[in-house]
Amino acid sequence: MSKKVENVGCPYCGVCCDDLVVTVSDDGKKILEVENACAIGNQIFHHATGGERVRLPRLRQPDGTYKDISYDEAIDYAANVLYKAKKPLIYGFGSTNCEGMAAAAKVAEKAGAVLDNCASICHGSSFLAMFDNGYPSCTLGETKNRADVIVYWGANPAHAHPRHMSRYSIFPRGFFTGKGHKSRKIIVVDPRHTDTAQVADIYLQVQQGHDYELFDAFRAVVRGHEIPDVVAGIRREQIVEVADILKKARFGTIFYGMGLCHSDGRNHNVDIAISLTRDLNDFTKWTIMAMRGHYNITGPGAVWSWQYGYPYCLDLTKRDIAHMNPGETSSIDLAMRDEVDAFINIGTDAGAHFPIDAVKHLRKHPWITIDPNICMASEISDLHIPVGIVGVEVPGIVYRMDNVPIQYRKVIDPPEGVISDEEVFERIHKRLCELEAEEVAKEPVKAAPEGVRVGE
Amino acid sequence: MSELLIKNGFVFDPLQGIKGDRMDIGIKDGKIVETSALENPKTIDAAGMTVMAGGVDIHSHVVGPKVNIGRLFRPEDKLFKSPHKSPTCSRMEMGSSVPSTFKTGYDYARMGYVFVNEAAMPPLHSPHVHEEIRDTPIIDNAAMPVFGNNWFTLEYLKNNEIENNAAYTAWLLRATRGFGIKVVNPGGSEAWGWGLNCVHIHDPVPYFDITPARIIKGLIETNEHLGLPHSMHLHCNNLGNPGNYTDTLESLRLAEGYTPKNNFGREQVMHVTHLQFHAYGGDSWGNVESRSKDIMDYVNAHDNITVDMGQVTLDETTTMTADGPFEHHLRALNNLKWANVDVELETAAGVVPYIYSPKVKVCTIQWAVGLELALFSKDLMRTFVTTDHPNAGPFTRYPQVITWLMSRAARDETMKTFKWLDRTIESTSIDSIDRELTLYEIAQMTRAGPAKALGISNIYGGLAPGMDADVAVYPLNPEDMPSDPAAIEKAFARCAWLVKDGVVTVKDGEIVAEPAKRTIWVDVKVPDNAQVQRDIYEHFLRHYSVKLDNYSLFEEHLHNPRVIEVNAAQ
Repeated sequence: MSKKVENVGCPYCGVCCDDLVVTVSDDGKKILEVENACAIGNQIFHHATGGERVRLPRLRQPDGTYKDISYDEAIDYAANVLYKAKKPLIYGFGSTNCEGMAAAAKVAEKAGAVLDNCASICHGSSFLAMFDNGYPSCTLGETKNRADVIVYWGANPAHAHPRHMSRYSIFPRGFFTGKGHKSRKIIVVDPRHTDTAQVADIYLQVQQGHDYELFDAFRAVVRGHEIPDVVAGIRREQIVEVADILKKARFGTIFYGMGLCHSDGRNHNVDIAISLTRDLNDFTKWTIMAMRGHYNITGPGAVWSWQYGYPYCLDLTKRDIAHMNPGETSSIDLAMRDEVDAFINIGTDAGAHFPIDAVKHLRKHPWITIDPNICMASEISDLHIPVGIVGVEVPGIVYRMDNVPIQYRKVIDPPEGVISDEEVFERIHKRLCELEAEEVAKEPVKAAPEGVRVGE
Repeated sequence: MSELLIKNGFVFDPLQGIKGDRMDIGIKDGKIVETSALENPKTIDAAGMTVMAGGVDIHSHVVGPKVNIGRLFRPEDKLFKSPHKSPTCSRMEMGSSVPSTFKTGYDYARMGYVFVNEAAMPPLHSPHVHEEIRDTPIIDNAAMPVFGNNWFTLEYLKNNEIENNAAYTAWLLRATRGFGIKVVNPGGSEAWGWGLNCVHIHDPVPYFDITPARIIKGLIETNEHLGLPHSMHLHCNNLGNPGNYTDTLESLRLAEGYTPKNNFGREQVMHVTHLQFHAYGGDSWGNVESRSKDIMDYVNAHDNITVDMGQVTLDETTTMTADGPFEHHLRALNNLKWANVDVELETAAGVVPYIYSPKVKVCTIQWAVGLELALFSKDLMRTFVTTDHPNAGPFTRYPQVITWLMSRAARDETMKTFKWLDRTIESTSIDSIDRELTLYEIAQMTRAGPAKALGISNIYGGLAPGMDADVAVYPLNPEDMPSDPAAIEKAFARCAWLVKDGVVTVKDGEIVAEPAKRTIWVDVKVPDNAQVQRDIYEHFLRHYSVKLDNYSLFEEHLHNPRVIEVNAAQ
């Protein structure tokens, strides 16, 4: 008899659907069917047992080929790389659980590494705007239950977050929104007429790179000021009409995507989006939310904030105090300046996402990839450590795009012998402590430096 | 296991009525024991020092989503304000007004505290709260889920269904591994879902059509129906506004006629938190004045109420509360950055940085109001030290607050820095109060009293045999108190010794061990209630954005639990 596992969380995007039903074969080794997931989520589950998986760590040989090694050897190799490096970088984390992130932070602190996550090349500019202007937001259930106006700005959930519109924003019938889609006005702002724009009541084709001006115009109109005939390619009448809808909403949410935080203006676009949200709260209720990409890319921002107070770009190389300065301590900038002398890629694919010059610099030094699958990073690494797939083979907590923690389940066992990200980092940490102890034993005079304490 | 003998200290234990007697405290296997039960103990020489039970904080925002947003969106709270890592601690310590979880644990321990009650847990975010609890070293934590704007609660109480509300409450305490009933701006945070508020306790909540007064009374009834260790824990409506003391008095009066029903030694039915923010007269910021006397006269005369101070410490800090509309209001006052999180069906929250400056009249009046509350109190077993961390100031300023309470000279010293001293004195009573609290009274306000009010005084807050071996030794000689108030502050900031669960954890103000911490939660048995089960099922089916089965905390995410069992099934 096959077994159905219910209420399964999906390890694909920041929507974090937790209503999947997965059918597992008799022997618990094969995933037969996945219900409720989008096409991409579906594929992640089927991929887990559909083909060959890497079951042992692989170490690059002098002839360029990979050779299987044991986990113990891989852990020892990774710990030694970190121990010897002056400024290692540990980057990724979009696709793992928070337990893994906490363990990785312990390793980074011990090794004196730079710790960064995919926000660095994604919603990092949103963080910069939040530092300056705050973040008036809500949980997605609030939007579902209350919102009568929805704005998607520079985001295309129809492709990037396939079930976002049906679960939370446009279509669902909530407590105060019993008529579902019929009771909501949908506004889409995007230079491209996307598939999301197809379902909009009002589509504003903002001139590319002119989002800031359009926000500025909305703020001006909302506050009762005059604006020119055309702003950012949009006619004044239409801006006034939309501003009126925003002001008269009972409850509204602005969902924005990379179109804001990675087009010209970047954090400034997000900043003024937040300002518009603030302004609108003088009239009615408005909230704003970043369309975070991966299912747990919100996680490292949460975990490292409670551990160090910074969400990303953490420089822990001083070992006794953390430091964050995007531009200086951000992964791409460090790599472009060739400041990093060891690299761990975990739960992402820097090989595919980083600019080629950054990859070339990183590749001069030891490169370790921790990932369940073969990806571009794993194929150019010195060491590839396979791990269980979070949400499929490894349970744990992940943070949805609205910062709500979702408890993910395990559907099947990982391939025999394959361990979790958390265990990999815990074991690296243990090995680092051993290396440190060996060093101290060799040079007993070299004591730990006295801490200097501020203001006490 | 290990044995310890803390010798010759001056012991202050209000739970046993011990007022500075020179005594020995015996410890065996993590518990306090009669000294005669020890065979071969290690000795701690506490001669000339003050010995108290480990501190208990009844209200502090230390873990959870809004605390973490405060950390995340304020990098300036770290820069040049974080200490370098102590070589004796295992982790870095970052942040000041909203410290990292590690710094939170270490700093509380250095001050001799062992138990901290997280003041507001949004139930939907309970896995987050418990993740942060895991990463907060040394101190034991409990967390109170918020009920005052919860749709289930509003619906049950509107229909006067106390039993149903009790069954739901028991279910939610278990689902979130929570400790007690927290109420924040009842009704107002739900109204904030529409950008509105319930300023007065008779303003009806939009749609739900129930008043804050009815919510408060209903939750007192629910709490006593269940017999929980702690009472209903209230953050009143109309926080922080001139003239709000009348609303506060009206809220306090709602407790009249209720008596506590519990097996935990708790004697109050209502705990009113950060009272300082609720004791203002006047009708504008121009003429705001202290009404602490009116408030404390009422509290002194009604022993079914306990309160905590919410003392303003005159620092730059980060305000954060489930009172969403208040934070929006504050944003308009200081125009700084503003974070907000409305939580579906349950609550809201806001975060705004704030600078309490000795140069601003309102801030110095707030400072005086907080101290007056304690100094007017006739029963310090019902009046507790808090700063509503980090709202009125960070918890790391408790030593300063204690010093202000113990020393008129310290208060005068601080008042000298006020730009609007005359107007502050005019608008408050602080200058006419000479009272200086004793070490015994401080022990009441910081351990015995809060432990009793939380219903955990059989475990924490005292030094009787059988209790947890949590003992703080402060380098203060009661027979030779320092004339310089700064020395008192220093002593309370860095205890000479902290023993936690029988393990020497702090020595000479430095962390020397990190014993396992605990999560305290309350498990209430109630009769099966089919209607409540159906209501829960329906709301999760239609209105929540997560599945019911993923909402309750998974056992694997609960760390080192200590469960307090309550049987309300009879």
